[in-house]
Amino acid sequence: MITKESVAHVADLARLSFTDDELEQYTSQLDEILNMVDQLAEVDTEGVAITTQSVHLENVMRADVAAAPTDLAPILANVPTHKGTLIQVPAIIDKEED
Amino acid sequence: MDFFKNDLSALHDQLASGELTASALTDETLAAIHAHDDVDAFLALNDDAAKAQAKALDEAGTFERPLAGLPIAIKDNIVTKGLTTTASSKILGNFVPPYDATVIEKLNAAGAINVGKTNLDEFAMGSSTENSAFKVTKNAWDHTKVPGGSSGGSAAAVASGLVPAALGSDTGGSIRQPAAFNGIFGFKPTYGRVSRWGLIAFSSSLDQIGTLTRTVKDSALVLNVIAGHDDKDATTAEQPVPDFTAKIGQSIKGMKIAMPTEYLGEGVDPKVADQIRKAADQLRDLGATVDEVSLPHTKYAVPTYYIIASSEASSNLQRFDGIRYGFRAEDVKNLKDVYVRSRSEGFGPEVKRRIMLGTFSLSAGFYDAYFRKAAQVRTLITDDFAKVFDNYDLIIGPTTPTTAFTIGEKVTDPLTMYMNDILTIPANLAGLPAASVPAGFVEGMPVGLHMIGKHFDEQTVYQVAAAFEAANDYVAQIPGGAR
Amino acid sequence: MNFETTIGLEVHVELKTKSKMFSPSPVSYGAEPNINTNVIDWGYPGVLPSINQGAYSLGIMVALALHADIAHWTHFDRKNYFYPDNPKAYQITQSEQPLATNGWIEIEVDGKKKKIGIAELHVEEDAGKNQHEHDGYSYVDLNRQGTPLVEIVSKPDIASPEEAYQYLEQLRQLVQFTGASDVKMEEGSMRVDTNLSVRPVGQDHYGTKTEIKNLNSFNHVRDGLAYEQQRQIQTLMAGGAIRQETRRWDVDKKETILMRVKEGADDYRYFPEPDLPPIHVTQTWIEKVAAQLPEAAAKRRERYVSEWNIPAYDAGVLTLTKEMADFFEATVALGADPKLASNWLMGEVSGYLNANHLELAQVALTPTHLAKMIALIQDGTISSKIAKKVFQEIIANDTDPEQWVNDQGLIQLSDPAKLTPVIDGVLDANQQSIDDFKDGKDRAIGFLVGQIMKQTHGKANPKVVNQLLMAEIKKR
Repeated sequence: MITKESVAHVADLARLSFTDDELEQYTSQLDEILNMVDQLAEVDTEGVAITTQSVHLENVMRADVAAAPTDLAPILANVPTHKGTLIQVPAIIDKEED
Repeated sequence: MDFFKNDLSALHDQLASGELTASALTDETLAAIHAHDDVDAFLALNDDAAKAQAKALDEAGTFERPLAGLPIAIKDNIVTKGLTTTASSKILGNFVPPYDATVIEKLNAAGAINVGKTNLDEFAMGSSTENSAFKVTKNAWDHTKVPGGSSGGSAAAVASGLVPAALGSDTGGSIRQPAAFNGIFGFKPTYGRVSRWGLIAFSSSLDQIGTLTRTVKDSALVLNVIAGHDDKDATTAEQPVPDFTAKIGQSIKGMKIAMPTEYLGEGVDPKVADQIRKAADQLRDLGATVDEVSLPHTKYAVPTYYIIASSEASSNLQRFDGIRYGFRAEDVKNLKDVYVRSRSEGFGPEVKRRIMLGTFSLSAGFYDAYFRKAAQVRTLITDDFAKVFDNYDLIIGPTTPTTAFTIGEKVTDPLTMYMNDILTIPANLAGLPAASVPAGFVEGMPVGLHMIGKHFDEQTVYQVAAAFEAANDYVAQIPGGAR
Repeated sequence: MNFETTIGLEVHVELKTKSKMFSPSPVSYGAEPNINTNVIDWGYPGVLPSINQGAYSLGIMVALALHADIAHWTHFDRKNYFYPDNPKAYQITQSEQPLATNGWIEIEVDGKKKKIGIAELHVEEDAGKNQHEHDGYSYVDLNRQGTPLVEIVSKPDIASPEEAYQYLEQLRQLVQFTGASDVKMEEGSMRVDTNLSVRPVGQDHYGTKTEIKNLNSFNHVRDGLAYEQQRQIQTLMAGGAIRQETRRWDVDKKETILMRVKEGADDYRYFPEPDLPPIHVTQTWIEKVAAQLPEAAAKRRERYVSEWNIPAYDAGVLTLTKEMADFFEATVALGADPKLASNWLMGEVSGYLNANHLELAQVALTPTHLAKMIALIQDGTISSKIAKKVFQEIIANDTDPEQWVNDQGLIQLSDPAKLTPVIDGVLDANQQSIDDFKDGKDRAIGFLVGQIMKQTHGKANPKVVNQLLMAEIKKR
């Protein structure tokens, strides 16, 4: 049973906010989905490797060669606010940044 | 132009002979969409660029390239340079890509004309196209019913005769399910066959671009153009690209086909199951053997899929943060506000639900029980297929448990909606090529026959699908509401 | 009560590549903000990463230099967190199976040698840069985004700030000699995060550790750790407790200042990167990299002493940086006398670099011209006094020394046929000095030589002048 508190914690990790009503709703829906998911527990996966890619490739790499950068004009046109070629954001107050 | 009577090959011949000009075809196609997009398939039309491209083709006067002058619609989660690409999300409502997806580059190089962008469930998350932030697309056969999803716009556009072909993307059935619901041919190639560069990622290990067309051959013609290794997508295979039309028309005599009992069991509408059994008999009549087999882990496909797809999606969709592009909430107080409010206001409810499920599945203390467990079960599901393919050439079943449902019927009940994907999801988990072929009707609504092939053996799927298509007249049947 | 200290160091080293770790945009500095970026660096919708094999090979090279075991099978993982300089909101790194594990570095403190273990090395992408201004906004420049990094994590073997300092010195030198990185703290191509804990001697579990950030030089690392060590001991002695926190070294106040208290572990939701197939590092690949691995500093030192009779101290100075060692060896390879080449590099060249705050790579001097100048000195073409003049020219402008001394007329005058008339003239005009010399006043010779030098504009070879002068005086 997933709690409202843990749903709120997950929302914070995902940078989402919900009203109290929404939180109730998401909690009950996630609970329902997780109940469905919990049937996976009955599968014996002892010693089974994980699959993260369905087609098995290895060492797909490129040589260290630089290509021209993308034209900045259309990229800057998409930036909500910028100053010159810099992206502008509200002040970062986390002191960790150097 | 009547796309019910003229397939891509026919149109190509008319252009090459000079009977038809690219401009006339393009103008007519765009005009028809402007006037008759009764199914609300399109989000944006590419009028100016498409007309300019057609004019240039006419002036050059050569139509040798495989898709020269032929109109095609593009699902709006595939980026198109200079043409707004939204993934049907408010968070990308104003987003103009500065680059083309690889498939768009390839279509352009082949002379195809992108006439416009089609509606989808937001970020391709959904099975009904009701999750679009912009409009609800209708089923071509019955406007009170859903077109399926997430490639509902592409499917409805082809099924209602607005375009002969469209690109879609398929993460858990998003091409095949709407193709089945709309009575057309939908094809998801092997994972790694078509570059994902420029496909707005939903679930990176499952997403694959494919085609929605009326005929099997048209699909193969388009796949011929878009397939192949791409240096920009490390998950594309180096496999040589064959001519996918090569085996179309060949006999399927001696073909060994498997039909998993799990695909006709509980949850599948008996009338749909009957229709599929009839299809199996037809394949036998055509000289194939069809045996019942078992894919024992099938019932775990839905939970496995929802954990893996949502986990990857939760990470893929973090870049939509209001900083560099897309929607940024108004009157934000601080940096965290930019993130939280832009995302909370920019994403719709289903997208948030999946982000929440995925974030939870990856979070500290739950990773092993959820993400890791699902990734292990995925291995078992893949192994099930491998065992069957040791002895068989193809797997068949219904594409969907039911025919198209009514708009609004399931949208408030996520779990029921998710179960609707149970038959299409396994092919994505295993990365296998799969198609939905029109297989008749139940109570006036189309039924799709699902075909799953071996890795990189698209040709066998095309071969059997074409034989089945030729043995029936379903392709000639057109929706009553269509022009 | 006696305490023992445990220090951990996490060192980020930028790998020297042409393009970024997962995108082909150029790696370069000082450019206009965001100008060296592409849609991948911006985390655009639809983009995909691609692995820079050259960068991974440099990672292997660093791992080999640090004696680590290289993983044959590995893959990349995503580390998820939101930050403006992190455009995808995940960093592609190696979490589950790093590039290499179990390396070591040997250090020497107070004459005692000690091996410091390295837990792991992993390859990852750098973030962009956030800039802070006083207008209520921060600004993001993504030019650095995606620059290849290798992170080197030490085992809890470092027991003092001095050992930490020595570890960093050795690490810097080992990496620098591979050529895989510039490893410059001042340019950010080497960055150090530290953690330190103390515990009473005999206690079996580690004490609570604090992290120190903002350390811009090895000296700051040593000073910061020393301060933090004392602070923790004093806190514990006074009955206090250490909190898990991040602190910052304040250079002016010479103390660590609290930045934030850590509440629980961060939740980065690592999972395997689905966009990149795994990496299979074959033995062949490792051997190929090993074959390109330049000789380490220690090996070179030994060789200079044994082969060229360079004093051990000098060999040490010559191998402080790879650039100097390479320059020295190239000069010798061009035929210069090793001892003379060493003297010039340690003397005039180093003096010039220090005086002008330059590095060897920044001056025009080449081994070819240094070797040529040394040859000119040895064959008597120029005097060592003139050589200093020549040196000023070739280090600043990379002029060919032979050409230049010719053009400037700086070649020593050693031909008796040319010198004798000058000497005769000077002697004719200074009979008094000849008399003085014959009376035993040796100083008179100095005056005569001075006159000759004056008339030859300093170019006369002093040795030859002396010989000819003495012979001529005897005749008179």
